[in-house]
Amino acid sequence: MNLYFKYLLILFKSQMQYRTSFWLLSIGQFFIPFSVFAGLYFLFERFGQIKGWDFFEVALCFAIIHMAFSLSECFARGFDTFSSLIIKGDFDRVLVRPRSTFLQVLGSKFEFTRIGRLAQSAIVLLWALNNLPIEWSLVKAVTLFFMITSGVLIFTGIYMLAATMCFWTVQGLEVANIFTDGGREMAQYPLNIYHKWVARFFTYVIPFGTVNYLPLLFILGKTNGNEVLYMLTPVLGSLFILPCFLVWQFGVRHYRSTGS
Amino acid sequence: MKVYASILKIRLLIGMQYRSAAWAGVATQFFWGFISIMVFKAFYEFAAVTPPISLKELITYIWLQQAFLAFIMLWFRDNELFDLITSGNIAYELCRPTDLYGFWYAKLLAQRLSSALLRCYPILILAFFLPKPYNLTLPPNVLTFILFVITLLLGLLLLVAISMFLYISVFITLSPMGSLLIFGVLGEFFAGLIIPVPLMPLWLQKIAYVLPFRWTADFPFRVYSGHITQSDAVIGVFIQLVYLLALLWLGKLALNSVLKRVVVQGG
Repeated sequence: MNLYFKYLLILFKSQMQYRTSFWLLSIGQFFIPFSVFAGLYFLFERFGQIKGWDFFEVALCFAIIHMAFSLSECFARGFDTFSSLIIKGDFDRVLVRPRSTFLQVLGSKFEFTRIGRLAQSAIVLLWALNNLPIEWSLVKAVTLFFMITSGVLIFTGIYMLAATMCFWTVQGLEVANIFTDGGREMAQYPLNIYHKWVARFFTYVIPFGTVNYLPLLFILGKTNGNEVLYMLTPVLGSLFILPCFLVWQFGVRHYRSTGS
Repeated sequence: MKVYASILKIRLLIGMQYRSAAWAGVATQFFWGFISIMVFKAFYEFAAVTPPISLKELITYIWLQQAFLAFIMLWFRDNELFDLITSGNIAYELCRPTDLYGFWYAKLLAQRLSSALLRCYPILILAFFLPKPYNLTLPPNVLTFILFVITLLLGLLLLVAISMFLYISVFITLSPMGSLLIFGVLGEFFAGLIIPVPLMPLWLQKIAYVLPFRWTADFPFRVYSGHITQSDAVIGVFIQLVYLLALLWLGKLALNSVLKRVVVQGG
């Protein structure tokens, strides 16, 4: 853990060397989801609601998934750009060091400019929360926190799976984008607006549904069941990362250097 | 003209090599199209007033958008050209006995064309055979189809002319990220990539109609589905031509003026 923070600090300092570039990129990151959000807003202005969900409820959903996405892009960037590590043969160096590969790859890169994206989703989150008539309790606050953290873990898990594929394919695979970018795009709306099989796939296979749909129902007071169960769904969803971790370990054992 | 045609041909063949990348792209775009159709379908189900574009037209719009993404995306860029400008290797390009604008234009055009040629067929064919209401439908008549092809190709030429400004701006800023962002975010929004232009609020539609971006994507797709009538489409073709000529002229002017000031440091 100590090592991780050292990595974090060093990379932060190195990125801050180019201060203007850092701020410009951050501002840019702010505007990309902003235009998507503007699109969402205009759609609601025209249609009013989507299958019984109103604008602020969907905005909350949007904010949570984008927040999780930006955090995971910032901290799990090492896995996202993993193929370059393999292609250059730098992974050999990682293997000879007496620390876990997971930690080293995770620490190999951070993308702090994602703070712009994070800021955008934080603003949306606050705006949505301010306009929703939610009766707050400690349980709900904890649920909200769980939703974001477990979202980060799921995205990280997908990055890890994609990175593991690189052990065999060497080249990075674009297909993984379906689950990261596509998953983000999809999960910004409540899952029940989609077809049943899509909703099922993204609840039981890649558990985005446990992050932003089921607990969202609970926060908005749309459920009538066991509250604790709804509160814990994000925790269950975050278990997704465990098999990813195993697959990663398996992949590392099968690693063959490109030798360059 | 012959030189540019051969550049186009060579680059087209190079671009066609990347087949596996294209398949990954096809899968992603197919998924993307599906998701956005489901979102719009959910919106339409409980719409209180009739929306200005029917669901069937909208689905056609989305599939065409996904199939011809390479024709309409401003993000789609050539990092080689950026590197040339920032690293100073532009000096080699200037030694070539061709006009730089035409050379780059042909290169960029070929990239987009090859990428779209590889990707559009699988998406179009699959989209045709999807169950209703998700399927892509044929245009109402042959004339509409011909008009669609003309407007799509003109739109492509227009888009490449717009993207040339992106490369020209790098001569001044030396970093592609800033201009890429502005062009990317604004251009795609006003081309109707995030939400289709007819679904925007009226004040925004007015802005979109003035800017050149919507003529590259939104216009041909609506011609295809018959949302824009044939007579309007013919007028649109003329507007596209005017925009194209104006942008080509301006781009050439801008490139020549930045080239006059270009300083290549040794190394």
